[in-house]
Amino acid sequence: MFRIALKMLFRDRAKYAMLVCGLAFCSLLMCQQSSVFCGLMNWTTATVRNIGAPVWVVDAKVEQANEIIPMRQIEVDRVRGIPGVAWAVPLYIGIEQARLTDGSFQNIQLVGLDTGTLTGRPMDMRAGRIEDLRLPNAVVVDQVAVEKFRRKGISIELGTTFEINDKEARVVGICHVSRSFLGQPYVYTTFDRAMEYAKPSRKMLGYVLTAPIPGVSNEELAKRISSLNGLRAIAKDQFFWDTIRWYIRNTGIPISFGTVVILGVIVGIAIAGQTFYLFVHDNLRFLAAFKAMGAPNSTLAGMVLLQAFSVGFIGYGIGVGLASWFGNTVLAKEQPPFFMPWQVPVFVAGVIVFICAFSALIGLTKVMRLEPAVVFR
Amino acid sequence: MSDPSLIAVKVDNVVKSFANGDSRTFALKGASLEARFGELLMIVGPSGCGKTTLLSVICGTLKFEEGDVAVFGQELRAMRNCDITRFRRENIGFIFQQFNLIPTLTAVENVSVPLILKGVSTAQAEKHACEVLEKVGLADKYKSYPSQLSGGQQQRVAISRALVHDPRLIICDEPTAALDSASGHKTLELLQESAVRPDRCVIIVTHDSRIYEFADRIVQMDDGRVVGQFDDPSQLSHA
Repeated sequence: MFRIALKMLFRDRAKYAMLVCGLAFCSLLMCQQSSVFCGLMNWTTATVRNIGAPVWVVDAKVEQANEIIPMRQIEVDRVRGIPGVAWAVPLYIGIEQARLTDGSFQNIQLVGLDTGTLTGRPMDMRAGRIEDLRLPNAVVVDQVAVEKFRRKGISIELGTTFEINDKEARVVGICHVSRSFLGQPYVYTTFDRAMEYAKPSRKMLGYVLTAPIPGVSNEELAKRISSLNGLRAIAKDQFFWDTIRWYIRNTGIPISFGTVVILGVIVGIAIAGQTFYLFVHDNLRFLAAFKAMGAPNSTLAGMVLLQAFSVGFIGYGIGVGLASWFGNTVLAKEQPPFFMPWQVPVFVAGVIVFICAFSALIGLTKVMRLEPAVVFR
Repeated sequence: MSDPSLIAVKVDNVVKSFANGDSRTFALKGASLEARFGELLMIVGPSGCGKTTLLSVICGTLKFEEGDVAVFGQELRAMRNCDITRFRRENIGFIFQQFNLIPTLTAVENVSVPLILKGVSTAQAEKHACEVLEKVGLADKYKSYPSQLSGGQQQRVAISRALVHDPRLIICDEPTAALDSASGHKTLELLQESAVRPDRCVIIVTHDSRIYEFADRIVQMDDGRVVGQFDDPSQLSHA
């Protein structure tokens, strides 16, 4: 009877198309918007992921990765003095202005890596060598800089020069790193040179990057360092999640994306629920005929559930497929942000299962109450 | 008194009422009849006299309050719902007034439904359905959808569906109501040829006097009761 149920569904083309389109649109909306939201949240943690240090030491008032409260450089030595620290290096991150050869300006995120170890270096070099950062006036720029400079008519390649706060910077490498939340290009240099490029101030240290010795966990080391007056140490994973939580709590991003996702659920329930109810209602007389012919309630319930979940499965497949296609297309351009962790399709599948179950339930209540004698009326 | 082994259906003093607001409307007020094996029994009477209710009670699709109904010796009142459902699946074939063919299924798929409900594989069910459709002259319409068939052809598909699983009781509710006179005659001829057998009983509810001549026996109902039984249809017009 299940084949019969599927034939009844697939051959009622208008309702079948309506059901699949409704559920596909609902899946697409939820999947795409959730993935853009995840992508945006991912952007907020770009610094943490690009640098990749196990433990981050910041000013005690810092709440998330994109908030920089400069510290004194002596904090590096204080951290090095804590038992369990394998190494500790300084990291400068600051927003500076780059002046291009045509005179136009571009805001950049200047990253000053520890001169000796280059800890936090970009892993994906597309041109040049990261070690060349030790050459005079050397900088490594990311793909966003290349793209933004190109829009201004300047082609960035090895050897290209520009100015950061009136000091010359020469490109010795091009890397590919995660895009920052604010959209400014990352420009890497050494910590010492970053001190020269940046406007002088009493406190210039953005972060202290550190790692524990074997046998000490990141969390344990962070706890020990946090006991130092005025400092806060955070394990990488916690810094990642603290940053995301901060954006969720303090910005309107989750509300605006959440509204669209809820809209997707409502559209799904409204279209799929209503159409499926109509589908069952239109077939009620035939289901009664089946019942009169000896089909038990369990068979009829199975047929209705199979029909509901079949359209759900197909609609979900199309919706998630379209969202993935959208993601693949925008990933090439890196805008808008798109990140689809496995939890997104699982969440969408859960919502679709709920919608299908809800739709089937409305139909089933009719079918279960159906008197087979109605076929004689 | 008839020989019990010849009785296919026995309805004894059945009462059935429907709630109508605070009051109750009695559709059957002690109806009694017997249908024998090998006969084509017609139940006739004016609209609202309880014919269709009686038919629903006989095939177990409607519960009744008083009296007894036995089909092939089995008391329906003593059976559980699931047993009645199984009993219908195995023993009863239905022909409905509006045919009730599934519009999204082809003729052969419609006919194969009772077999599939009995657990026969789809391939075998459709093969057997094709054979039955061939017998009713629809060999070239296997793949046609109901909307592509005339009223007469649709009723022949419905007859095929009622016969395909070889039931012992065929229940027909106004089988000619939606057909013109010629098609109605052909339908009854077909029913008489293919449905009436010594081990089977056919009960037809109708008020189409044009087909009375096909009946072996006619039971007349009025106001929820059986008011007359006629072995010769011509007696009905004199009654």
